[in-house]
Amino acid sequence: MSWPAVFVAIFGAVAAISAVAVVLSRNVVHAALSLVVVLGAAGAIFLVLGAEFVGWTQILIYVGAIVVLLLFGLMLTAAPIGKHALDNQQRGVAFLTSAAVFGVFTFIIWRSFGSQRIHLNQVVRTSDIGRSLFSGYILPFEVVSVLLLAALVGAIVLAKKD
Amino acid sequence: MSLAWVLTLGAFLFSVGVYGVLARKNAVLVLMSIELMLNSVNINLIAFNAWFRDSAAVGQIFALFIITVAAAEVGVGLAIVLLVFRNRKTINVDEVDLLKW
Repeated sequence: MSWPAVFVAIFGAVAAISAVAVVLSRNVVHAALSLVVVLGAAGAIFLVLGAEFVGWTQILIYVGAIVVLLLFGLMLTAAPIGKHALDNQQRGVAFLTSAAVFGVFTFIIWRSFGSQRIHLNQVVRTSDIGRSLFSGYILPFEVVSVLLLAALVGAIVLAKKD
Repeated sequence: MSLAWVLTLGAFLFSVGVYGVLARKNAVLVLMSIELMLNSVNINLIAFNAWFRDSAAVGQIFALFIITVAAAEVGVGLAIVLLVFRNRKTINVDEVDLLKW
Protein backbone atom coordinates (compact mmCIF):
# COMPACT_ATOMS: atom_id res chain seq x y z
CA MET A 1 0.00 0.00 0.00
CA SER A 2 1.51 3.28 -1.09
CA TRP A 3 1.63 6.41 1.05
CA PRO A 4 -1.06 8.30 -0.93
CA ALA A 5 -3.40 5.35 -0.52
CA VAL A 6 -2.75 5.33 3.23
CA PHE A 7 -3.53 9.05 3.47
CA VAL A 8 -6.68 8.69 1.37
CA ALA A 9 -7.80 5.81 3.59
CA ILE A 10 -7.21 7.79 6.79
CA PHE A 11 -8.93 10.95 5.57
CA GLY A 12 -11.71 8.89 4.02
CA ALA A 13 -12.40 7.15 7.31
CA VAL A 14 -12.44 10.51 9.12
CA ALA A 15 -14.82 11.94 6.51
CA ALA A 16 -17.16 8.93 6.67
CA ILE A 17 -17.37 8.93 10.48
CA SER A 18 -17.93 12.69 10.63
CA ALA A 19 -20.58 12.50 7.89
CA VAL A 20 -22.51 10.00 10.00
CA ALA A 21 -22.12 12.38 12.93
CA VAL A 22 -23.60 15.21 10.81
CA VAL A 23 -26.85 13.35 10.20
CA LEU A 24 -27.14 11.63 13.59
CA SER A 25 -26.06 14.40 15.97
CA ARG A 26 -28.66 15.60 18.47
CA ASN A 27 -27.08 19.04 18.62
CA VAL A 28 -27.26 21.32 15.59
CA VAL A 29 -23.97 23.09 16.33
CA HIS A 30 -22.16 19.76 16.69
CA ALA A 31 -23.62 18.75 13.32
CA ALA A 32 -22.23 21.92 11.72
CA LEU A 33 -18.80 21.35 13.28
CA SER A 34 -18.79 17.73 12.08
CA LEU A 35 -19.54 19.10 8.61
CA VAL A 36 -16.34 21.16 8.90
CA VAL A 37 -14.38 17.94 9.56
CA VAL A 38 -16.00 16.18 6.57
CA LEU A 39 -15.24 19.04 4.19
CA GLY A 40 -11.71 19.46 5.51
CA ALA A 41 -10.99 15.75 5.12
CA ALA A 42 -12.40 15.85 1.58
CA GLY A 43 -10.12 18.81 0.82
CA ALA A 44 -7.16 16.80 2.10
CA ILE A 45 -8.15 13.93 -0.20
CA PHE A 46 -8.24 16.37 -3.11
CA LEU A 47 -4.70 17.50 -2.24
CA VAL A 48 -3.47 13.90 -2.09
CA LEU A 49 -5.10 13.16 -5.45
CA GLY A 50 -3.11 15.99 -7.05
CA ALA A 51 -5.88 18.57 -7.22
CA GLU A 52 -4.07 21.45 -5.55
CA PHE A 53 -6.29 24.35 -6.52
CA VAL A 54 -9.58 22.52 -5.92
CA GLY A 55 -8.34 21.31 -2.53
CA TRP A 56 -7.54 24.79 -1.26
CA THR A 57 -10.69 26.23 -2.84
CA GLN A 58 -12.65 23.57 -1.00
CA ILE A 59 -11.10 24.57 2.33
CA LEU A 60 -11.50 28.29 1.61
CA ILE A 61 -15.10 28.27 0.34
CA TYR A 62 -16.70 25.38 2.17
CA VAL A 63 -15.00 25.60 5.55
CA GLY A 64 -14.46 29.34 5.44
CA ALA A 65 -17.70 30.57 3.96
CA ILE A 66 -20.46 27.99 3.67
CA VAL A 67 -20.22 26.50 7.15
CA VAL A 68 -20.03 29.99 8.67
CA LEU A 69 -23.16 30.88 6.67
CA LEU A 70 -24.90 27.73 7.95
CA LEU A 71 -23.94 28.61 11.55
CA PHE A 72 -25.36 32.11 11.00
CA GLY A 73 -28.53 30.46 9.74
CA LEU A 74 -28.73 28.28 12.83
CA MET A 75 -28.33 31.26 15.14
CA LEU A 76 -30.70 33.59 13.28
CA THR A 77 -33.47 31.00 13.24
CA ALA A 78 -33.17 30.31 16.98
CA ALA A 79 -32.37 26.67 16.37
CA PRO A 80 -32.99 24.40 19.34
CA ILE A 81 -29.51 24.19 20.88
CA GLY A 82 -29.57 21.13 23.07
CA LYS A 83 -31.41 17.90 23.12
CA HIS A 84 -34.50 18.28 20.98
CA ALA A 85 -36.16 16.15 18.38
CA LEU A 86 -34.36 17.02 15.16
CA ASP A 87 -35.57 14.03 13.17
CA ASN A 88 -38.99 13.30 11.75
CA GLN A 89 -40.80 9.98 11.82
CA GLN A 90 -39.29 8.70 8.56
CA ARG A 91 -35.98 7.49 9.94
CA GLY A 92 -36.60 3.86 9.05
CA VAL A 93 -37.66 4.61 5.49
CA ALA A 94 -34.80 7.09 5.13
CA PHE A 95 -32.30 4.47 6.30
CA LEU A 96 -33.68 1.89 3.89
CA THR A 97 -33.56 4.36 1.00
CA SER A 98 -30.00 5.47 1.67
CA ALA A 99 -28.86 1.86 2.20
CA ALA A 100 -30.42 0.92 -1.15
CA VAL A 101 -28.72 3.88 -2.85
CA PHE A 102 -25.38 2.91 -1.34
CA GLY A 103 -25.82 -0.74 -2.30
CA VAL A 104 -26.67 0.02 -5.91
CA PHE A 105 -23.84 2.56 -6.25
CA THR A 106 -21.28 0.21 -4.70
CA PHE A 107 -22.38 -2.70 -6.89
CA ILE A 108 -22.12 -0.63 -10.07
CA ILE A 109 -18.81 0.96 -9.07
CA TRP A 110 -17.11 -2.33 -8.26
CA ARG A 111 -18.47 -4.04 -11.33
CA SER A 112 -17.33 -1.24 -13.64
CA PHE A 113 -14.12 0.07 -12.04
CA GLY A 114 -13.13 -2.70 -9.62
CA SER A 115 -9.80 -3.38 -11.32
CA GLN A 116 -8.84 0.21 -12.19
CA ARG A 117 -5.95 1.88 -10.39
CA ILE A 118 -5.04 5.52 -9.94
CA HIS A 119 -1.41 6.29 -10.77
CA LEU A 120 -0.48 9.53 -9.10
CA ASN A 121 2.37 10.85 -11.17
CA GLN A 122 1.25 14.38 -11.87
CA VAL A 123 -0.01 17.34 -9.91
CA VAL A 124 -2.39 19.62 -11.78
CA ARG A 125 -1.01 23.05 -11.06
CA THR A 126 -3.10 26.19 -10.75
CA SER A 127 -1.69 27.50 -14.03
CA ASP A 128 -2.99 24.39 -15.83
CA ILE A 129 -6.45 24.96 -14.34
CA GLY A 130 -6.37 28.61 -15.32
CA ARG A 131 -5.26 27.87 -18.87
CA SER A 132 -7.98 25.26 -19.30
CA LEU A 133 -10.63 27.41 -17.64
CA PHE A 134 -9.95 30.48 -19.74
CA SER A 135 -9.60 28.71 -23.05
CA GLY A 136 -12.09 25.87 -23.43
CA TYR A 137 -14.44 26.64 -20.55
CA ILE A 138 -14.76 30.40 -20.71
CA LEU A 139 -18.50 30.33 -21.48
CA PRO A 140 -19.50 28.10 -18.51
CA PHE A 141 -17.20 30.24 -16.36
CA GLU A 142 -19.08 33.41 -17.33
CA VAL A 143 -22.45 31.69 -16.92
CA VAL A 144 -21.47 30.61 -13.41
CA SER A 145 -20.44 34.15 -12.53
CA VAL A 146 -23.84 35.44 -13.70
CA LEU A 147 -25.46 32.68 -11.61
CA LEU A 148 -23.55 33.86 -8.55
CA LEU A 149 -24.68 37.44 -9.17
CA ALA A 150 -28.28 36.30 -9.56
CA ALA A 151 -28.07 34.27 -6.35
CA LEU A 152 -26.59 37.26 -4.53
CA VAL A 153 -29.37 39.60 -5.69
CA GLY A 154 -32.01 36.96 -5.03
CA ALA A 155 -30.79 36.30 -1.50
CA ILE A 156 -30.77 40.02 -0.67
CA VAL A 157 -34.26 40.53 -2.12
CA LEU A 158 -35.61 37.51 -0.23
CA ALA A 159 -34.07 38.28 3.14
CA LYS A 160 -34.66 42.05 3.06
CA LYS A 161 -37.30 43.41 5.42
CA ASP A 162 -39.80 45.45 3.41
CA MET B 1 -4.35 3.11 -5.24
CA SER B 2 -7.65 1.56 -6.23
CA LEU B 3 -10.10 3.86 -7.97
CA ALA B 4 -13.12 1.96 -6.70
CA TRP B 5 -12.38 2.64 -3.01
CA VAL B 6 -12.38 6.41 -3.57
CA LEU B 7 -15.62 6.12 -5.54
CA THR B 8 -17.10 4.01 -2.73
CA LEU B 9 -16.24 6.79 -0.28
CA GLY B 10 -18.12 9.21 -2.52
CA ALA B 11 -21.09 6.85 -2.71
CA PHE B 12 -21.10 6.51 1.09
CA LEU B 13 -21.08 10.27 1.65
CA PHE B 14 -23.88 10.63 -0.90
CA SER B 15 -26.00 7.98 0.85
CA VAL B 16 -25.43 9.64 4.22
CA GLY B 17 -26.58 12.89 2.65
CA VAL B 18 -29.70 11.19 1.29
CA TYR B 19 -30.47 9.90 4.78
CA GLY B 20 -30.00 13.37 6.25
CA VAL B 21 -32.29 15.03 3.70
CA LEU B 22 -35.02 12.47 4.32
CA ALA B 23 -34.77 12.14 8.09
CA ARG B 24 -33.93 15.64 9.34
CA LYS B 25 -36.63 18.11 10.36
CA ASN B 26 -34.63 21.31 10.73
CA ALA B 27 -34.26 23.06 7.36
CA VAL B 28 -30.66 24.14 8.03
CA LEU B 29 -29.71 20.52 8.74
CA VAL B 30 -31.35 19.54 5.44
CA LEU B 31 -29.14 22.13 3.72
CA MET B 32 -26.08 20.62 5.44
CA SER B 33 -27.01 17.18 4.11
CA ILE B 34 -27.32 18.63 0.61
CA GLU B 35 -23.79 20.01 1.01
CA LEU B 36 -22.63 16.48 1.88
CA MET B 37 -24.17 15.14 -1.33
CA LEU B 38 -22.63 17.87 -3.51
CA ASN B 39 -19.25 17.25 -1.90
CA SER B 40 -19.41 13.52 -2.59
CA VAL B 41 -19.86 14.32 -6.27
CA ASN B 42 -16.72 16.47 -6.08
CA ILE B 43 -14.76 13.51 -4.65
CA ASN B 44 -15.93 11.41 -7.61
CA LEU B 45 -14.90 14.06 -10.12
CA ILE B 46 -11.44 14.51 -8.60
CA ALA B 47 -10.89 10.74 -8.43
CA PHE B 48 -11.87 10.29 -12.07
CA ASN B 49 -9.65 13.20 -13.04
CA ALA B 50 -6.67 11.60 -11.28
CA TRP B 51 -7.48 8.25 -12.88
CA PHE B 52 -7.96 9.68 -16.37
CA ARG B 53 -4.80 11.85 -16.21
CA ASP B 54 -6.41 14.50 -18.34
CA SER B 55 -4.03 17.31 -19.19
CA ALA B 56 -6.91 19.80 -19.44
CA ALA B 57 -8.09 18.87 -15.89
CA VAL B 58 -11.75 18.82 -16.91
CA GLY B 59 -12.80 16.96 -13.74
CA GLN B 60 -11.27 19.60 -11.53
CA ILE B 61 -12.92 22.40 -13.51
CA PHE B 62 -16.31 20.78 -13.07
CA ALA B 63 -15.58 20.35 -9.35
CA LEU B 64 -14.92 24.10 -9.19
CA PHE B 65 -18.24 24.78 -10.92
CA ILE B 66 -20.02 22.54 -8.41
CA ILE B 67 -18.38 24.37 -5.50
CA THR B 68 -19.58 27.68 -6.97
CA VAL B 69 -23.12 26.42 -7.51
CA ALA B 70 -23.13 25.03 -3.96
CA ALA B 71 -22.21 28.46 -2.62
CA ALA B 72 -25.05 30.06 -4.60
CA GLU B 73 -27.44 27.34 -3.47
CA VAL B 74 -26.68 27.73 0.21
CA GLY B 75 -27.02 31.53 -0.04
CA VAL B 76 -30.47 31.43 -1.60
CA GLY B 77 -31.48 28.47 0.59
CA LEU B 78 -30.62 30.27 3.80
CA ALA B 79 -32.45 33.40 2.62
CA ILE B 80 -35.57 31.27 2.04
CA VAL B 81 -35.13 29.61 5.44
CA LEU B 82 -34.85 33.01 7.15
CA LEU B 83 -37.98 34.21 5.33
CA VAL B 84 -39.92 31.10 6.37
CA PHE B 85 -38.76 31.59 9.96
CA ARG B 86 -39.86 35.23 9.92
CA ASN B 87 -43.32 34.34 8.61
CA ARG B 88 -44.05 31.07 10.43
CA LYS B 89 -41.78 31.16 13.53
CA THR B 90 -40.52 27.68 12.69
CA ILE B 91 -38.11 26.11 10.21
CA ASN B 92 -39.25 22.54 10.74
CA VAL B 93 -39.90 21.37 7.22
CA ASP B 94 -42.81 19.15 8.24
CA GLU B 95 -44.67 22.10 9.80
CA VAL B 96 -44.43 24.17 6.62
CA ASP B 97 -47.31 22.33 4.98
CA LEU B 98 -49.62 25.05 3.68
CA LEU B 99 -49.60 23.56 0.20
CA LYS B 100 -50.11 20.02 1.46
CA TRP B 101 -53.34 18.34 0.54
